[in-house]
Amino acid sequence: MRDVAIVGFAQSPSHPDPIHNDVETLTPVIAEAVKRSGIPRKEIGFICSGSCDYLTGVPFAFVSALDAVGAWPPVRESHVEMDGAWALYEAWVRLQVGDVDSALVYGFGKSSVGDTRDISVAQLDPYYVAPLWPDSVSMAALQARALLEGDRRQETGDSARYTERDFAEVVARNLKNAKRNQLAQVAGVFDVEMLLQAPYDVSPLREHDCPPVSDGAAAIVLAAGELARKVHERPAWISGIDHRIEAHSLGARDLAKSPSAALAAEKAGAGQGSIDVAELHAPFSHQELILRDAMGLGEEVEINPSGGALAANPIMATGLIRIGEAASRVMNGTAKRALGHATSGPCLQQNLVCVMEAG
Amino acid sequence: MAERCAVVGIGQTKYSAKRPDVSMAGLVREAALRALEDADMTWKDIDAVVIGKAPDMFEGLMMPEIYLADALGAVGKPMMRVHTAGSVGGSTAIVASHLVHGGVFERVLTVAYEKQSESEATWALTIRIPFSLPLVAGAGGYFAPTIRQYIQRSGAPNDIGTMVAVKDRLNALRNPYAHLRMEGISAETVTQSPMLWDPLRYLDACPSSDGACAMVLTNEKNAEHVKNPAWILATSMRSEPISFPGRDEVSPRAGRDAAAELYKEAGITNPRDEIDVAEVYVPFSWYEPMWMENLGFAPKNEGWKMTAEGVTAFDGDLPVNPSGGVLSSNPIGASGMIRFAEAALQVRGQAEEHQVDGAKVAMGHAYGGGSQFFSMWLVGSERA
Repeated sequence: MRDVAIVGFAQSPSHPDPIHNDVETLTPVIAEAVKRSGIPRKEIGFICSGSCDYLTGVPFAFVSALDAVGAWPPVRESHVEMDGAWALYEAWVRLQVGDVDSALVYGFGKSSVGDTRDISVAQLDPYYVAPLWPDSVSMAALQARALLEGDRRQETGDSARYTERDFAEVVARNLKNAKRNQLAQVAGVFDVEMLLQAPYDVSPLREHDCPPVSDGAAAIVLAAGELARKVHERPAWISGIDHRIEAHSLGARDLAKSPSAALAAEKAGAGQGSIDVAELHAPFSHQELILRDAMGLGEEVEINPSGGALAANPIMATGLIRIGEAASRVMNGTAKRALGHATSGPCLQQNLVCVMEAG
Repeated sequence: MAERCAVVGIGQTKYSAKRPDVSMAGLVREAALRALEDADMTWKDIDAVVIGKAPDMFEGLMMPEIYLADALGAVGKPMMRVHTAGSVGGSTAIVASHLVHGGVFERVLTVAYEKQSESEATWALTIRIPFSLPLVAGAGGYFAPTIRQYIQRSGAPNDIGTMVAVKDRLNALRNPYAHLRMEGISAETVTQSPMLWDPLRYLDACPSSDGACAMVLTNEKNAEHVKNPAWILATSMRSEPISFPGRDEVSPRAGRDAAAELYKEAGITNPRDEIDVAEVYVPFSWYEPMWMENLGFAPKNEGWKMTAEGVTAFDGDLPVNPSGGVLSSNPIGASGMIRFAEAALQVRGQAEEHQVDGAKVAMGHAYGGGSQFFSMWLVGSERA
């Protein structure tokens, strides 16, 4: 594979933003990522974005976003109706072809204008599941319950591996980490006992186990080989990137496990060296536990120093931000090897893993 | 390009106004199974799946790859969903080809579909949002003024659009998958159909179709054992903003740039002579002469002469849309991939009744948005 690295990353603050539309949010973010990359925008060879029409209820959300890029003269450009992390994957593939040396990737979403909890139902099997209207929190709660109860069903009689206290500890750690992230939406020091006193939203999940509703955008610049070395002192080299999907029907899956995250991590070579820091796209607290198990990330790995999706969740950019946050640690020299992860679909149905290393 | 890539399997559904007999999953699976059978492969042989379609509101299913993973045999595999407006069928095939060209995977299944009967595309295109240009008339109303501008600046006779509308429907009679089958259609049939958006009459416009198209792409190592692969000679994509002062919407620069890059990559200096057949995205009749100019097949303002002189007819010098084109079948998100697949069928010699004799190099073309997103490829019977 051709050597490709992240050489620029920028993101907007994450919060419900009643003032700015997608283009207004994106424009400064793209400009900043491009500036940090050191590659003039007009010299960037490929552009790819990720967004979702259903968030704002408008077809072709990506069309007006082209205005934030400045697509004149015309550009080589593509779009995925997926989290920006998959746009980054498409761009990485585009750079493998060899005729283009740099790419701009962005993801954006404006969740605050709708009800994402209900809107997410539109991505379920439209004939047999969506008519039952299981919202995203209810589906995540099914998964959390499967994780809590899973081991008890075993004939061995072992007690469950995780309890609700583990969920609360994930929340407390992420929100504490978010205090160091000025762009995060939710942050603070929370006592685990206090968290466990909160009422359930959908049992066994409490409100703090669920992500906030955020608007936001992120952009990343990729460069190949010599160009990356020329423009950045410490590029975050992508040593492996892969994504896998699982069956859609919840009944066909063991919700307490994530075989697609495990396989993506394996194919991305996550286990071929120690990971210093991992940014996991876990919109619900229990999903971080499932993902850590699937990818074999032990206690020694620093997880979500940014605060993760529990602190800021601009849907369609959240996964791309994980990769950008992990890359930033390599680019600023505080990590040698970092992992960024993105997810899509109900209950972690689809997962992407990007492993980045210092040169 | 690092690795050569070829089309070794093609599958299409029958296109029709409604396919109430299948779900969306059943529709895409039908096309995918036919492509696999054509490639002499099974689901197990496929490394990755790339799916494309136009806006999710056309069916009311958000991010459909999530639901369609099982139906397309993607469980445990990478699966991506491309969306670049009307050009998406072409872009999806190009993204799939990059997975092979880039050496990332050896065998990729790519599928595009639209099941328009599940919702209403013109409604989905018409949603009014604050501070944005409303598209109240749907696609035809949007493109009609551009067509009027073309007629004015080129001095084309008024009956050129009618000629295209008749020609493509007659071609469709040779294609068993085509949606419209209009035996005996004539210029009179077209000119007597209701006026929708001047100068576009009902029969100058594409139908609304359900349908899916699929292709299996593979690398040289696997393709050289196949009897008649369609080798991908070149691909290109270009986008430009939808609106700004001075923009030429009749012959957008993004289309001209994409064509120039395509020909350069394939080593083509005279596209009119060196390309044997073209499947071009013509959803409204007048777009045939307009794209002939944009693609460099004719000088500016002279594309209509190709239609008038029968160059683009089935037995012409450069047959355009021998399959019947978008004017005869329009499952929107799949329409671009159908153009790409029909080009491959021609150079594989598999187009049967609509086979153009001796086709060795063929173009597939798609456009979308406000004539601002372009994707195209050239395929050949011989390796580049």
